[in-house]
Amino acid sequence: MEEDVKITIIDREGETHQVDAPTDMNMNLMEIVRSYEIAPEGTIGICGGMAMCASCQCYVLSDTSLVEMQDEEEAMLAEAFHVKDNSRLGCQIPITKDLEGLKVQLAPEE
Amino acid sequence: MIKTDILIIGAGPTGLFTVFEAGLLKLKCHLIDALPQPGGQCSELYPKKPIYDIPGFPEVLAGDLVDNLMEQIKSFEPGFTLGERAETIEKQEDDSFIVTTNKGTQHHAKVVAIAGGLGSFEPRKPPIPNIANFEDKGVAYMIKDPEVYRNKKVVIAGGGDSALDWSIFLADVASEVTLVHRRNEFRGALDSVDRVKELKDLGKINLITPAEINEIKGNADGELEAVLIRKNNEASEEILLEVDHFIPLFGLSPKLGPIGNWGLEIEKNAIKVDNTLDYQTNIPGVYAIGDVNTYPGKLKLILCGFHEATLMCQSAFQRIFPDKKYVMKYTTVGGVTGFDGTKKEAPKAVVKAID
Repeated sequence: MEEDVKITIIDREGETHQVDAPTDMNMNLMEIVRSYEIAPEGTIGICGGMAMCASCQCYVLSDTSLVEMQDEEEAMLAEAFHVKDNSRLGCQIPITKDLEGLKVQLAPEE
Repeated sequence: MIKTDILIIGAGPTGLFTVFEAGLLKLKCHLIDALPQPGGQCSELYPKKPIYDIPGFPEVLAGDLVDNLMEQIKSFEPGFTLGERAETIEKQEDDSFIVTTNKGTQHHAKVVAIAGGLGSFEPRKPPIPNIANFEDKGVAYMIKDPEVYRNKKVVIAGGGDSALDWSIFLADVASEVTLVHRRNEFRGALDSVDRVKELKDLGKINLITPAEINEIKGNADGELEAVLIRKNNEASEEILLEVDHFIPLFGLSPKLGPIGNWGLEIEKNAIKVDNTLDYQTNIPGVYAIGDVNTYPGKLKLILCGFHEATLMCQSAFQRIFPDKKYVMKYTTVGGVTGFDGTKKEAPKAVVKAID
């Protein structure tokens, strides 16, 4: 659909998935991963998207411009494991037109 | 041994509401929860956050919802085993069950209702390769008895409230307290952050930031001897700190845990149930309700948990009293008679002639 953007997601096994993510469904990146079942249910989005767990942590591989990190996300990442400079929480990244071409890799499960 | 009709594993909203629906059927309930307080995720993760999809409540704080549920079930006098995790289940000859916790508390029930949500909340363990070898040999993920640390050298890792609060507390108990955090910023209550700063300036807390503990070194007996702290993510700034105790405090995360080994059919990290009837699992007499179960079209919503709990209690009643006749009665008609002798009922209409 024309409201969709193309996003590339590398799963925890290293397999690459290219998916269409709708921009008109109030979805975030974590929910895209769940809707395409790229990570097993129960291993991602455990807190439901409140930036209260780090199960949706991913590494941003493209230079796509993303929404700025808010305090809650920053605080959670300060306590998460396997954190790198390009770590973000998928649940804090809303799907917008700007994400066309975004490439991320899911961080390992804790 | 604790005896009850329905043993509920998990004291979140679904588990709590089960007590009410069971109570209307005169069935007694006892709840087990790994957390020290009832409410599950609502109390532990987001007590101050609003929920907008509880029918009849345009907006309710998660913590207030739990308080209301506790009030609603009070007269049914539920028992609680808190701070303990359900570990094993044994089916008895009479088809009842004995559930034992990790602390050995035994519960005997005719029916078991697993309302375990995402699982039991366990401390998050940092991914240090050999950390498991030192558990109970100097490494602990929670503080049970602070006296253990008297006059000892302690290193705490983490940046949240528990890391801050325990660093403050242990500053007066331990001989040496080191707090290691990955950032310079802490996200605890402001008071705690200020207090840690004071204690740091007084030399009572040794604060190392931004830093991470990357390695644990043991002595010949396999006991913790030192931790390797890497500051600023620079190999040249590594510090080998001799300690007696290492306490990583990175909060809690839910794990399905021992319930996963009970012989229940598991799919997508959840327990498969019969959603056409009563949310029973593949083990007759064991039900799974709320976020812990799965079936086609499952939604992990509190309101769905309430519905599942209600149907499950009807089935539990029939299982416990196969020969008893019963039809559902509205609370508005029948009122609510508690086990504590209280009765709530709708006021009777007044019939009076007008002259």
